[in-house]
Amino acid sequence: MRNAIFALIPALMAAPAAAQSNTGITEFTLDNGMQILVREDHRAPVVVSQVWYRVGSSYETTGETGLSHLFEHMMFKGTERFEEGEFSEIISREGGRLNAFTGRDFSAYFEIMAADRLPIALELEADRMANLQINAEALSTERDVVLEERRLRTEDRPEGRFGERYSAIAHPGTGYAHPIIGWADDVAGFEVEDLRDWYQQWYTPTNATLVVAGDVQPDEVHSLAREYFGDIEAREVPAVHTPDNLQPPGERRLIHRDPQARVTQLRMGYEVPSFPTAESTRDPYALLMLATILDGGDGARLAEELVRGSGVAAAAGASYNPMVRLDAEFSLFGVPAEGDVDAVETALRDQIHRLQQEPVSAEEMERARSQMLADHLFEMDSVFYQAMQLGMLETTGSGWARLNSFEENVRDLTAEDIQSAAQRYLRPEMLAVGVMKPADQEDEG
Amino acid sequence: MQAEIQEWKTDAGADVLFVERHELPIVDIRMTFDAGSARDGDQAGLARMTSNLLLEGTAERAAGEIARGFERYGARVGTGSGRDTAEVSVRALSEAERLDPVVERLAAAVADADFPADAVDRVRRQMTLGLQQAQSSASALAEKAFMRGIYGDHPYATPPGGTLESVEELSRAAVIDFHRRHYTATNATITIVGDLTSDRAEAIARSLSAALPAGEALSSLPEVTPPESARTIRVPLEAEQTHVIVGQPSVRKGSDAYYPLHLGNHILGGGGLTSILAERMREERGLSYSSSSQLTSGARRGRFQMSTQVRNDALGEALSVMRDSLDEMRNEGPSAQRLSDSKRNITGSFPLQLDSNRDLLGYIATIGFHDLSRDYLQQFVDRIDALESDDVQSAMQTGIDPARNITVLVGPEATINAVE
Repeated sequence: MRNAIFALIPALMAAPAAAQSNTGITEFTLDNGMQILVREDHRAPVVVSQVWYRVGSSYETTGETGLSHLFEHMMFKGTERFEEGEFSEIISREGGRLNAFTGRDFSAYFEIMAADRLPIALELEADRMANLQINAEALSTERDVVLEERRLRTEDRPEGRFGERYSAIAHPGTGYAHPIIGWADDVAGFEVEDLRDWYQQWYTPTNATLVVAGDVQPDEVHSLAREYFGDIEAREVPAVHTPDNLQPPGERRLIHRDPQARVTQLRMGYEVPSFPTAESTRDPYALLMLATILDGGDGARLAEELVRGSGVAAAAGASYNPMVRLDAEFSLFGVPAEGDVDAVETALRDQIHRLQQEPVSAEEMERARSQMLADHLFEMDSVFYQAMQLGMLETTGSGWARLNSFEENVRDLTAEDIQSAAQRYLRPEMLAVGVMKPADQEDEG
Repeated sequence: MQAEIQEWKTDAGADVLFVERHELPIVDIRMTFDAGSARDGDQAGLARMTSNLLLEGTAERAAGEIARGFERYGARVGTGSGRDTAEVSVRALSEAERLDPVVERLAAAVADADFPADAVDRVRRQMTLGLQQAQSSASALAEKAFMRGIYGDHPYATPPGGTLESVEELSRAAVIDFHRRHYTATNATITIVGDLTSDRAEAIARSLSAALPAGEALSSLPEVTPPESARTIRVPLEAEQTHVIVGQPSVRKGSDAYYPLHLGNHILGGGGLTSILAERMREERGLSYSSSSQLTSGARRGRFQMSTQVRNDALGEALSVMRDSLDEMRNEGPSAQRLSDSKRNITGSFPLQLDSNRDLLGYIATIGFHDLSRDYLQQFVDRIDALESDDVQSAMQTGIDPARNITVLVGPEATINAVE
């Protein structure tokens, strides 16, 4: 592990030598196909255990939206051995914390505990992977809870209402177009059979990755995993439909007038490659650097030119996450300083145009590189986030080994790579534009 | 788990706390000032505006130049402010060639901030937009009304972000004056965690504090007087859910009464999915996604609050469950099972909160600013462990009086007017 760290230092000084680092990750596969990743970190006597299933909202079709998320809630409802609530009680009593989350590409369950209590977490997770009980009464209560969650996150918030509508136009024809929590009517209609089928279909060791990070020895984790998960029968998972990538859908525009919104907001998103969909390994890194050049901090272009310089935006940003299964989004957002949202859109488009026309200066390249490499190192401070990264890379099909080549890929990027990625991917026919306005605002534009 | 804290005072008068951690080649530094919104006086939002403007320029360097001066070394710098404190934090690589210039730039930016007029206008506009946006947020409205309700005339009632009216009025001169009086060496606690020797940590603390004016000690904040009677505050907002907060002022940081109240709160609603409120509201009745209680402690007093969000037709039921659960804790105390499970959870999970340098930094900064016992971390575990059910019950009886509870309801008028 120390090697990994010191390998970064020359990189930050832009030394030419390429050093392949070893991130201290060990991988095993059980006979039933379950994958196990162990990340050693001995700073504190703590362990993070996460079970990731390759299923999330993007696996749902029309009429069944929100099923993965509702199912995640049902995973706390008990098995033959442990009744409802007992899982949480045992972990809590043992001084641990637990929870779960559902994304577009995954459903994940985690425990954080003193390192010597790892067997408890694994025993309970293995039990609910194989022996979950799903009954109508628990489902009915939990449907209500999820509908409250939906009201809280989406229906009662202008930003939530806008975000949901924006996703629907930004990702046409893919499972990313509908909300992770699902449309309310779909959620209200689920029956016990739907959940049992979902469990049967996706919750199998073949479709799962166990990630353990913290103060543990890989061999011990391996043998514990074999002990608890090894006897669970493997089942084939269905082939997943993956829509054609990067077919230009044409520029799309959403104007959402919201009676409760007080501040106008702009979102723009280009459909671009992700780690798994990119044809060239370099492209996702080039897109990451593009986002850093625009928004790597208060000294970057958007803050310097849109927020402080022209003052057209009160806030502006750019981001890109390549750890997704389908195509990713290169996102821009802006809040107009004086309500002129068109001016913010024009300014953001000008920024993209400039990246396509002019090579990025050497000084900016070095600053962005330095930030990306330092941030990559800073991320190692969080044991939980380290496990998150591994789980996300695996469940999206990106592969955890990308962590090993991150430095090298970032170091090798040139100004030509950046300009070429901007030209090839940040094209109008790949763009969705969303505007949220207070309802009483005038209608032009 | 015990973190070995080294501490000293710099010649300029700043308190320094330092924990050596060599596993990662990174350093976290935080400067904490007694410069939160409790110091706003009659200019709500002044402390926040000063904090937001802190890195926006000096006579020598413009904001962008300052920012790029950190970014080229991969450092992340940020400012923040709350009721008691304002902070400047930096995370950087520990190698001297990269850390030293970052520290030098940070010292100059914080000490020589000159608050350019155009930046003042820009930040004022940003704060105004934030306040406008918060007007459509039920949780922000509830929080604001609750703080006003429980703290009354005390400076803690001042919203840290100010109000639309007060922020319009804030002047550059007021910001300059606030900075001069509060961002001083006497008034600074410097916390450092990371890959350094104590010699290097000393040099860093020295250069950060030497740049600051010496300053004078600030007057203490007034005592908090709890509300005299229970009251319900209704804030109309068209929505499908009503947001509820019920609570009152609680204990100050470092108070002995904190420990049994912490345990009682954990059992009632602070312990996540297994606490009483989560079980009764969510698991048993499906009333809400999130029902919890929090106990915070401040330099003067913190607060106790139960919070939830429920569909409008279930508001009456939710209020009964919350109030009854609190009464039950006060009248009967926690069951033996809940008491021992919660104690095990709190004491067993303590190291979990210190596994990263950043979390550790937060703890050490709190210990330093509030001058808590240096073995606070270990002591915390021991004191929780020693508590019995009676201790918890009597702390809940003495420390939380339902006859002084402030209830805030944010929801449609017909809904919030229909309940007590």
